Amino acid sequence: MDVILFGISREIVGMKKLTISTAENIQTVGALKQWMKQKYPQIEKLNSLAVAVDSEYADDDQTLVDENEVAIIPPVSGG
Amino acid sequence: MIFPERYSRQINLKGFGAEAQEKLQTSKVLVVGAGGLGVPALLYLAGMGVGTIGVVDGDTIGITNLNRQVLYYESEVGMSKAAVAAKKLAQQNPSIRINLIEVFLSVDNALGIIEEYDVVIDATDNFSARYLINDACVILGKPFIYGAIQEYEGHVSVFNLKDGPTYRCLYPDYPSPGEIPDCNTAGVLGVVPGIIGTHQALEAVKVITGIGKTASGYLRIFDLLNNDQYEVKLKAKPENKRIKELQDNYHAPNCSTIPTLKPKQLFEWLNSEKEFLLLDVREQEEYQQGHLVKSVLQPLSNFDVRSVASKTTMLVVTLCQKGGRSIKAANILRDYNHDVQVYSVEGGMEQWQKEMGNKLIVS
Repeated sequence: MDVILFGISREIVGMKKLTISTAENIQTVGALKQWMKQKYPQIEKLNSLAVAVDSEYADDDQTLVDENEVAIIPPVSGG
Repeated sequence: MIFPERYSRQINLKGFGAEAQEKLQTSKVLVVGAGGLGVPALLYLAGMGVGTIGVVDGDTIGITNLNRQVLYYESEVGMSKAAVAAKKLAQQNPSIRINLIEVFLSVDNALGIIEEYDVVIDATDNFSARYLINDACVILGKPFIYGAIQEYEGHVSVFNLKDGPTYRCLYPDYPSPGEIPDCNTAGVLGVVPGIIGTHQALEAVKVITGIGKTASGYLRIFDLLNNDQYEVKLKAKPENKRIKELQDNYHAPNCSTIPTLKPKQLFEWLNSEKEFLLLDVREQEEYQQGHLVKSVLQPLSNFDVRSVASKTTMLVVTLCQKGGRSIKAANILRDYNHDVQVYSVEGGMEQWQKEMGNKLIVS
């Protein structure tokens, strides 16, 4: 599963895109957030991330399959 | 309606024409924030002939603004952004009406100000103002054009257009303090807000005239460093359209240019040879109940910036009860003298007591 990263999440992970193996068995958006938090402890602080699945806004309970393209979109506020 | 020659290029434009031009000229647009996003939006809205433009900003021009806020000149540092912008826009297009509103949008004034306009442009630089604009626009049924940037990334959408989604449908809750870097620590390349603010002006034109396809229902993300674009389809959540009144306050970490100091760091500073002025900006009664040694009382309610600036070393730390007033005081001080280095203590005395107990507190 490909995960595109934006904003501060890109900075934390250090990459624009992550590819997560099916072996991780991540089945929902909420589970993906938990996985990210464990793997990248600084993500823990991000409580207001928006997540998109195949370019559509997704809630935590949305199920994920390996073919999905996920985007992690933290808010930005500068102007 | 008369269409001066100055709009001929728009009137002759296929798909725009006299009808759309007339809609622009009878429309009223409020631009909240005359900074990095607001400046380009304002310039184009005025140039294109939006009939009434409101400019809301309580801030003054700082030297560090000039890399991106290209409407302002170095000789205007220290002057009111809204006033300088309004004056120049009136010169750019004398046939339009410019309303000068020299305040920061707040819970007390937001509804009254926004009510007068058809479309709002959120060109602010902090979460607090963004949630306030969202809620006020939902209450009043006004669409608003959202734009925000961080480093090389920009976000644009049109929120609350008819049944469309709102900012809270994208981000229901405030980020927690420290979660997202502010624009000072993150830095910004001058042209980036220029591009995003110009996009906001474009979306405003589409909303007003009905031409083309707006960004309503979508968040558009521009990765301007890698020339990538990403679009997310949003869902309108009914509960977010049902806001009936504003919250009592919209305190959130804002994009203040004031760096913060954690209690532990302040403790180290106080125990070091470092020379700085520690200003307690709470009220006298609060100060008397317990304050830090070496702190000087200077309540925000009666903030005498001249006197503070005259006695100061070039390094000042502001402190209050919870960390809000100290940021305001720090901003006042920094606006007065841009060379003073000001820090605000994160979480104020309450955080100090949580982390340090009663260390260095006297009454």
